[in-house]
Amino acid sequence: MRVKVLMGNTAVAEAVRMAGVEVISAYPITPQTIIVERIAEMVERGELKARYVRVESEHSALAVVYGASASGARVFTATSSHGLLYMYEMLWWVANSRLPVVMAVVARAIGPPWNIHSDHQDALTVRDAGWIIGFASSVEEAFDMTLQAYRVGEDRRVLLPVMVALDGFTLSHTSEPVRLPEESEVRGWLPPREPLPFKLEPGSYFAVGNLGPDEVTMELRWYIWRAMERAKHVIREVSADYARRFDRSVHGLIEGFRVEDAKYLVVLAGAWSGDAMEAVGMLRDEGYPVGLVRLRYVRPFPVEELRELASSVRAVLVVDRAVSMGHMGVIAGDLISAVRGKVTVKNVIAGLGGVDVSPDDFKTMIKGFIEEYESGALDSWFYTEWYMPWVRRG
Amino acid sequence: MSVPWLASRSTRGVLPGNPACSGCPHNIGLRVLGRILGDKAVLVVPAGCTSIVAGYWPREGFEFPLLHVPFASAPAVASGVRAALDLGGRGDAIVVVWSGDGGAADIGFATLSGAATRNEDILVMVSDNEAYMNTGVQASGTTMWKALTTTSPVIGKTEERKDIALIMLMHKVPYVATASIGYPSDLAEKIRRASEVKGFKLIHLHSPCPPGWRFDSDKTVLVAKLAVETGAWILWEYDRGNFRISPPSTPYRDKSRRKPLAEYIKLQGRLAHLTEEDVREIERRIDENWNLILELEKYYASHVKA
Amino acid sequence: MGLVYEPVDLEREALEDLKAFVDKLLSKPAPGSAGPTGTWRLYKPVIDSAKCIKCGICWLYCPDDVISWAPRELPVVDYRYCKGCGICSNVCPVKAIDMVLEGE
Repeated sequence: MRVKVLMGNTAVAEAVRMAGVEVISAYPITPQTIIVERIAEMVERGELKARYVRVESEHSALAVVYGASASGARVFTATSSHGLLYMYEMLWWVANSRLPVVMAVVARAIGPPWNIHSDHQDALTVRDAGWIIGFASSVEEAFDMTLQAYRVGEDRRVLLPVMVALDGFTLSHTSEPVRLPEESEVRGWLPPREPLPFKLEPGSYFAVGNLGPDEVTMELRWYIWRAMERAKHVIREVSADYARRFDRSVHGLIEGFRVEDAKYLVVLAGAWSGDAMEAVGMLRDEGYPVGLVRLRYVRPFPVEELRELASSVRAVLVVDRAVSMGHMGVIAGDLISAVRGKVTVKNVIAGLGGVDVSPDDFKTMIKGFIEEYESGALDSWFYTEWYMPWVRRG
Repeated sequence: MSVPWLASRSTRGVLPGNPACSGCPHNIGLRVLGRILGDKAVLVVPAGCTSIVAGYWPREGFEFPLLHVPFASAPAVASGVRAALDLGGRGDAIVVVWSGDGGAADIGFATLSGAATRNEDILVMVSDNEAYMNTGVQASGTTMWKALTTTSPVIGKTEERKDIALIMLMHKVPYVATASIGYPSDLAEKIRRASEVKGFKLIHLHSPCPPGWRFDSDKTVLVAKLAVETGAWILWEYDRGNFRISPPSTPYRDKSRRKPLAEYIKLQGRLAHLTEEDVREIERRIDENWNLILELEKYYASHVKA
Repeated sequence: MGLVYEPVDLEREALEDLKAFVDKLLSKPAPGSAGPTGTWRLYKPVIDSAKCIKCGICWLYCPDDVISWAPRELPVVDYRYCKGCGICSNVCPVKAIDMVLEGE
């Protein structure tokens, strides 16, 4: 194990190299570009023996890796924001085919107006499609999750595409030390891909995806559903195995921080979790019994873990960096259904468009939430608050 | 490529009883494709008639390994299939995109252009029935000027069509040809020659459609032949520096040998409303087209050393 | 009542699912992928063996590959699937194929 200082994006590229990915195709978009450029460099220098296909759009990037995966290759692509939206149709086609594909999404706001900074709206537009969706919160975790994405996605018990989301700029362009395993250790841990669920090649006579009875469509979706349920177990198992092998402290679908004897929980995902943890630490020092649950995976949604943790607390604050317009924050909506309304939930929308949310901001939010609950202001129903302290209301 | 030789091939391509309309030109073209490429072919099929002709689950109406893909994606998916097959030791595979005019010239145009620019080692067959037939005969970028479609139902199409084959030629790819289901031997030769080229190849296949163009199903081949005999469809081939008019079209270099356009037009309900003036205008445009092709032939003969 | 899934034996369930998934997503080559398409036709092609010169042109153009032919042999139509399009009759160079109304 050697320690190397890497940016989020270069860490992902390094994981792609160690995973022995065979076909890569991506279209540049800020803040993903460095992944694409680094991989091109590795391929041209012979450090990564892969076919790198320069395409004319994101839709084609995912189409290329879909075709390559269909014919048995281990593949990778990466994008952000509008690029993800441009390949939206293909995202569903990939998941509905249950072909393993790994994609890094450098999370970035959607326009208009133009904005290259981070929020989670882009990654979460894919929430329903059947992609496993992980959110890294450190550069090392971005590396780890990318490697694990291959083990999990290609596992016979899963066979689903996997997205690894990392916040634009705050994670993608931030340098942190990464404890890198030896490539030979990684190769030992990550076996070659099996050509499942099918392999398109000459001499194999079948058509994939013919029109048929409606029942066939519904049944095929049922199998994706089941694969997602199994994915929870497989993610727990694979990440735990990885943590043992490569000396990591975090694994599973969530990370708990100071949750023991907590009476209040803060739930969120992504790079800003670190800032929220700092706030929780400060509040604990002031005597507030608050803990934090960081979702490492938003799909499959960690229902069991959240249900258990929420059962022993008074109230939960979900801080969302993506909102479902017309309803509420994306993770909050999912969490409320997961806990079956058995605990009070407050939803705060913050950080959209990359607005910086500091540890002090989190402290204000969390303290405010606890005080509201204890004064009875947070009654049995929930509401969604937008944290925009710069907006002066008369 | 003789008829007995084609009949001796063991791979059929098309199986009886598939969902194609009665008299469907796609089936005619796919039969030729199957017989020439044999067990080397892998098909990538974007949305279009062929998505349905491929059969109703659990049966496939063809004998090809076939991957259905979204409308605009086929040349990119094919690029990925190519990369994976090459890496997996199947460089002998022939990766084929079987597309309609919509998937290649309109919604999939950028994708097609990208694959051509990369000189991907794939064969793109554009089976052009001059409209979005599968969704109900709406006008496409290759629909003839004046033609009636369901989105040009009264006045007829007001724009001229684009020439996808010439556009591909300008992408500087090694092989581009036009073909017609009316001339299966010519098509067969072109598929065979194309399959021997390493790099991007495209065959623009004229495929008259009985329900879409409004003629009886027995006339598919007759209409296709008249397109060539009137000069309206020009058969040419560009192969690694050599450009030539194909044998079935060579008589029609000479304007006077072209059959009167009216013979082609009167068979088609989609063109039944054309006035004599319209027909003369189309003849004039056909002649302009011929002049361009003849100039290209001269250019390649004198400038480019193959 | 309806189907609910709680994974128990992940390996076994996954393999069963995979088999069923592949079975449902993939289609295998077979004639009659649109059913017995012979029922589509109004007219059927009838080949006059006296006029037929066994050139194979009907075989060449039949869109549905329902004509069997080998050089120097009479072509044979598979009426289970022939859609009655009439192309064979139209292209026959010696007019040896008549389109006859079904039932006559």
